[in-house]
Amino acid sequence: MASNILVYVEHRGAKILPATFQLIHLAQQLATSIGGDVEACIVGSNVGSLADEVAKYGVKKTYIADNPELENYRAMAQTQALAAVIDAAQPKLVLMPTTALGRDLASRIGARKRAAMMIDCTEAAYQGDDLVITTTLYCGKIFGKFKLTGSRLQVVTIRSNVFPAAAETGGSAETVAVDVALRPQDTRMKFKELAGTSSGVKDVTEGEIVVSGGRAMKSEENFKIIYELAETLDGAVGASRAACDAGYQPHTRQVGLTGKVVTPALYIACGIDGAIQHLAGMRGSKVIVAINTKQEAPIFKVANYGCVADLFVMVPLITQEFKKLLA
Amino acid sequence: MRILTVIKQVPDSNAAIKVKGDGSGIETAGLKQVCDPFDEFGVELAIQLREKGNDVEEIVAICVGGDKAAEALRTALAMGADRAVHINDPKFQSMNELFIAYVMAEVVKKDEKGYGFVFCGKNNIDLDSGAVGPALAEYLDLPHVGAVTGLDLTNGGKSFVARRRVEGAEEVLEGETPALLTIEKGLVEPRYPSLPNLMKAKKKPVQVVTSAELPDIDASTAGTDFIEMSPPPPRPDCKFVEGEPEEMARELVRLLREEAKVV
Repeated sequence: MASNILVYVEHRGAKILPATFQLIHLAQQLATSIGGDVEACIVGSNVGSLADEVAKYGVKKTYIADNPELENYRAMAQTQALAAVIDAAQPKLVLMPTTALGRDLASRIGARKRAAMMIDCTEAAYQGDDLVITTTLYCGKIFGKFKLTGSRLQVVTIRSNVFPAAAETGGSAETVAVDVALRPQDTRMKFKELAGTSSGVKDVTEGEIVVSGGRAMKSEENFKIIYELAETLDGAVGASRAACDAGYQPHTRQVGLTGKVVTPALYIACGIDGAIQHLAGMRGSKVIVAINTKQEAPIFKVANYGCVADLFVMVPLITQEFKKLLA
Repeated sequence: MRILTVIKQVPDSNAAIKVKGDGSGIETAGLKQVCDPFDEFGVELAIQLREKGNDVEEIVAICVGGDKAAEALRTALAMGADRAVHINDPKFQSMNELFIAYVMAEVVKKDEKGYGFVFCGKNNIDLDSGAVGPALAEYLDLPHVGAVTGLDLTNGGKSFVARRRVEGAEEVLEGETPALLTIEKGLVEPRYPSLPNLMKAKKKPVQVVTSAELPDIDASTAGTDFIEMSPPPPRPDCKFVEGEPEEMARELVRLLREEAKVV
């Protein structure tokens, strides 16, 4: 029975997604426990050079599906490619990042391979042949434990920033080119363009630090101070549902149950009271700071540090302090 | 064209969720259950395509769920779906979304007329995996676009241009029907069903499908077993910084650097 672990290497613009190295760390732990090797899989066009980079982190073998048709993400073509790699590598487990791509592709490959699959895991360990994972349900309100049977291919996506990144050890990996036989239906969808978002500030799910504003921001213009703090910390901007519904920020920045679930190292909630559905989206953050005029606001129940004060006074002062510190 | 919209009944987003004492599930007594808000985007989109004059012959809402899930289908019907398919059998109750998608696909395949579009919420707010849409597309061998934030029909509805949001960017794809799209927040705003439409919805047909009509489905093939649920670990008590605003700012930044070590 196969016992190798295949790490899916997500990349964009010739750069490897940082979460990949967290996947490699976890893969190493799991591989040690079941006596297998860590292998990697790179799907794309002209991606050979990325293999050298993952090799430095202790990956034994890298499977490369390189094809001009795989340049941009199209679910069917990528599923066909990953399926070909899985057929070649015969892994026990495929690890993918919890990203738009990871969720999408894991679900599709899970169905294709009749795999045991779970999305957005925060813990994973082998019990014999079975993989026992923890994920959050009801958007963070509940933790759920599941067992993925060892009698099937196992596919999981792993939440960012939960596991440390693998250490660079140097070394080189064997590479295996995988031919992908794309069927006509795999390439019928055409990729037209990749457009950047309107603002240069990071996506809310990508920030190691997220600064969020709530209804108390009162206007889109007032978010300026939130952006200044976020930029000072090289972080991302988020917003509560109330702030998005009021039009202060686009829904793409909404944190919460009907928005994004975020788990940054630092989450700064400004003028957010902390409705259940908002807390669900951010309570997994490592450190939470709340700035709110109401001491009884529920946000303080999940916060590590609290300021009972006016955010319009505090946020610029905090930005100033950070600027001094980071100068 | 015919449009299929996938529905799931889930606890209301503002409901407090409590785990049963034995960890076997959540307390459902008195829990407000609604049609998943993301799935409502799909229903709304289907109705808007019809209202904009596209040739939408029929809008069908489909759901896997127990007796109570019929209410979520009623919501879809009251919004404007024409009929519903309720796959209701204890054998099909599962927290495995690949399995749910597989069961749904088996029912959809029996419908020989086929669908131009299948719409799904980007994810459901209970299990939050977003797996149902892509997995359903795979089982139906359809192309799909996930997390769609913009849609234009072209060529009389035979093809389409879809925008989707990924981390920090937007992708634009062009495809042909039939296709499955999962819908992200922001594309459409679901309508509230009017009272007359709620009354009318009660007369719209709901086809119930049980395991008797799906004899070949073996639930034991699902591969993922639920073990238990638990509440999230409690967070530490909040440390309040005090003093004048300048002092508070200085102290907060110091704590974040020296104690929490996150900056």
